[in-house]
Amino acid sequence: MSHLLEVKNLSVAFPTEDGLVQATDDLSFHVDLGETLAIVGESGSGKSVSSMAIMGLHNPKSTQISGQVLISSLGHSTDVVTASSEEVRRLRGGTVSMIFQDPMSALHPYFTIGNQISEAWLLHNDGTKADARKKAIEMLDLVGISDASNRVDAYPHQFSGGMRQRVMIAMALVNHPKILIADEPTTALDVTVQAQILKLLKDMQHEFNMAVILITHDLGVVAEVADRVNVMYAGRLVEEGSVNEIYKNPVHPYTIGLLASVPRVDQAHGTRLKTIPGQPPSLISLPGGCAFEPRCEFAKFVPGNLCKTTRPQVEEKHTGHLARCHLSAAEIKAHQ
Amino acid sequence: MSENILEVSNLRKYFDISGGIIGRKRHTVKAVDGVDLTVAKGETVGLVGESGCGKTTVGRTILKLYEPTAGSIIFEGEDITKYSQRKMKPLRAQMQMIFQDPYSSLNPRHTVGDIVAASFAIHKVTPEGGVKKTVQGLLERVGLNPEHINRFPHEFSGGQRQRIGIARAIALRPKLIIADEPVSALDVSIQAQVVNLLDDLQSEFGLSYLIVAHDLSVVQHISDRVVVMYLGKVMEVARTEDLFKSPHHPYTKALLSAVPIPDPTIERSRERITLVGDLPSPANPPTGCVFNTRCWKAQDICRNSVPAQRTVGTSTVACHFPE
Amino acid sequence: MLKYISKRVFYAFVMLFVLSMVVYLIFGLVPIDPAKLSCGTHCNPVVVEANRHRLGLDIPLWHQWWNFIMGLFQGRTYGEGAAMIHCPAPAFGYSFPNNACVTEVMAGAFPFTFTLAVGAFILWMTIGISFGILAARKKGTYIDRLSTAFVLIGSSLPIFILGLLIYITAFLLHLIDPITQGTWVSPLSDPIGFFRNFIFAWITLALAYAAIYTRLTRSNVIETSTEDYIRTARAKGVAERDVLYRHNLRTALAPLITNAGLDFGGLLGGAIITERVFQLPGLGYMSIKAVLRDYDLPLIMGTTLLAAAFFIFFNLIVDIAYAYLDPRVRLN
Repeated sequence: MSHLLEVKNLSVAFPTEDGLVQATDDLSFHVDLGETLAIVGESGSGKSVSSMAIMGLHNPKSTQISGQVLISSLGHSTDVVTASSEEVRRLRGGTVSMIFQDPMSALHPYFTIGNQISEAWLLHNDGTKADARKKAIEMLDLVGISDASNRVDAYPHQFSGGMRQRVMIAMALVNHPKILIADEPTTALDVTVQAQILKLLKDMQHEFNMAVILITHDLGVVAEVADRVNVMYAGRLVEEGSVNEIYKNPVHPYTIGLLASVPRVDQAHGTRLKTIPGQPPSLISLPGGCAFEPRCEFAKFVPGNLCKTTRPQVEEKHTGHLARCHLSAAEIKAHQ
Repeated sequence: MSENILEVSNLRKYFDISGGIIGRKRHTVKAVDGVDLTVAKGETVGLVGESGCGKTTVGRTILKLYEPTAGSIIFEGEDITKYSQRKMKPLRAQMQMIFQDPYSSLNPRHTVGDIVAASFAIHKVTPEGGVKKTVQGLLERVGLNPEHINRFPHEFSGGQRQRIGIARAIALRPKLIIADEPVSALDVSIQAQVVNLLDDLQSEFGLSYLIVAHDLSVVQHISDRVVVMYLGKVMEVARTEDLFKSPHHPYTKALLSAVPIPDPTIERSRERITLVGDLPSPANPPTGCVFNTRCWKAQDICRNSVPAQRTVGTSTVACHFPE
Repeated sequence: MLKYISKRVFYAFVMLFVLSMVVYLIFGLVPIDPAKLSCGTHCNPVVVEANRHRLGLDIPLWHQWWNFIMGLFQGRTYGEGAAMIHCPAPAFGYSFPNNACVTEVMAGAFPFTFTLAVGAFILWMTIGISFGILAARKKGTYIDRLSTAFVLIGSSLPIFILGLLIYITAFLLHLIDPITQGTWVSPLSDPIGFFRNFIFAWITLALAYAAIYTRLTRSNVIETSTEDYIRTARAKGVAERDVLYRHNLRTALAPLITNAGLDFGGLLGGAIITERVFQLPGLGYMSIKAVLRDYDLPLIMGTTLLAAAFFIFFNLIVDIAYAYLDPRVRLN
């Protein structure tokens, strides 16, 4: 059985004056219908770059892409990397949709929201403008915008941030996509609004039975909504597993460090935060070994210079729990 | 912690929004509307709330970057409310600010050394052992390589730039630091480093902090006391443990329940209060309690009369029906 | 919106009113006496005085100004009896060097200026915007560099040099006849003659202005293409063509309206150099003659106010157009 989305050995690089920026490197993962995959990482980890690659949104002139991004739709599989631009365009907004971090700037300021949602529908359906408008009102209603039949003619600047994100969601879902990519969908919003939007996303996922790829740096949000988690560091997948496995039983030193360094509201006040020493590496000419080695507390337990010289491969550490580390899960546990 | 370094009472800051060619006054936005808060010596007070609640305006008004509309600001027993910029100058050495965006708050044309040393030049102080040595010492103290004194801000990462901002702020050994979202632009692993640095500097130099932030997890971690704001008003003031264990104001309760906890088991079994609706416009706030339009406990009295601050346990709450 | 427009129109009139006062004051202070100038070769103090009276210059300055304002609405009559001259409203005064009412003189010159401005405007907007879009789409390629070269030449070459170069070239190719050049030919009776009159002047002006618009369009399109809502458009499956024409250009070209409106409004006041080079007796040519040769104060007054009125009017048009395009402006 093939997966709904399968990313195989995806590498995305940007040539710059200073050298080749390897934004993602040999990245493989998959998503199935109905599940939520969270891709977690800090800035520069390659999480947004990979989502843009799934959408085929990288400019081929300024990007080097290799590997495969296979999307199954109606029993037919398309490789976004090699497909024609027209094929990819038809997938975008149809089978795969996306919402973005900043709903303030993601909507066109000159068009009414109804116009923008209608456009999305008309791009993928045969119908009249009146049909599209009806569809837009229906969608706005569905995402919880009251008085939708009037507000369909409003402009984005007349909405609050949370409302605009609802509009974005309505627009992304108007063609009933199979995959929704949500790139930091709540980062620009206040926490109380964040809670509303996350709930809406969950409801919509049930309503439309789609896969959601949630791209975020917020481990709290991940814990709330994800089924599976990919942790990325310096353009590489470092750990993948079910949300419970990742939080309860992390096996990659980066994941362990990241989870320990997040302040939590349910923690005793006044405890000192654990930190990961140092800075993320530059993505230009990464050293040959493990990208996390300079910051890793466990590297000293690996015999020889293995972490410096040899790049670890993604290995299954437990059933369905993968990590890119020279140490076994048991060794990590022993030294923790 | 007996003496207060900062006492703010009934602080108000209104902004007039004018329009038209002749600039007629259209309406007034009450960004800060009667805020009381104190910071004791050596204490960290967290000022939290969502965007548009006025927390940033409070910080800036205390530093006299804005002229207060009403109320009083007492810094170290000195009433600075009406001080002119010239009179504020010597005090600025003692009250410093750390900004949110480490990318735009450092002059890109100045070296790190110049940026940190600027405080000495402005206040015409020559530190013991010379400027260069002191600056290098400061850089080292905030965890930067002192040899990088001649580098420019763009050669540093976000976390390192925030460290430069901190070095600049502590250069004159201030007594109070007002930090506006000091870590919200930083990545998680870097955020923890900066939070710990702020902690260490506090005990080392006996600093007092007023931390303005929206991230309750960070505030919970760093603050001794927390002030919760909503639409220009203080909703609740409490010791951090008390606030997070037993919030008394419905808004605080909703706010806390909305903060996700990075633990799937806890997170999915929590009871969550999802507030309905949007933040009302600060130009046209609701009558009575400003929170009444989104509060599940609201009754007629909430719509008609502004709740007074009352003491519940160790907390101060502005609510007719505290939890 | 209507309220806003009427308010702006009202302010426009106030501005013109004040401007006329300032212009009058300046002319009152200039040590030139129109009465002496209009008196001809056989001049004596009596004639000068008579002229002064006839021109209404023997009364205080403010009163002269008031007569001027009234003349705009009521028309004016100069002199008495057989020498009486009547200028119907709107009367800007009487131009002695031209032996005609200023309004008449300006009305004769205006078609040249108007034709010149409209033709050049259409040409430069077309060239500027298409080159700009092309350069933005082919950013970094030789086409982009070519357009940069065009911008550099167009904006650094003074217009009198550009104009002369084009004139001489056209002359050498026998495309311009210096004898008939600049005589008004109706586009209806002789379209070819009409175009021959104007085409090189259009090209001259268009080249100078198109350079600016190429640069503006290019930078605006490139800047807009990095906006989040352009990414959103791509993400929902909009084809590249429509991303550019429907989503990008809408916002990228809106700021150009400001420049276009003001440039066009400014040109309607007369393109002095171009009109001079191509012997087109438009408002610019006329006002330069009035200033440098004839010291024709009423005509200067008239052209100044007319130019200002055009400028103010197009300023208003720009604001209305902008509000029409950008809902954030319209609805606030």
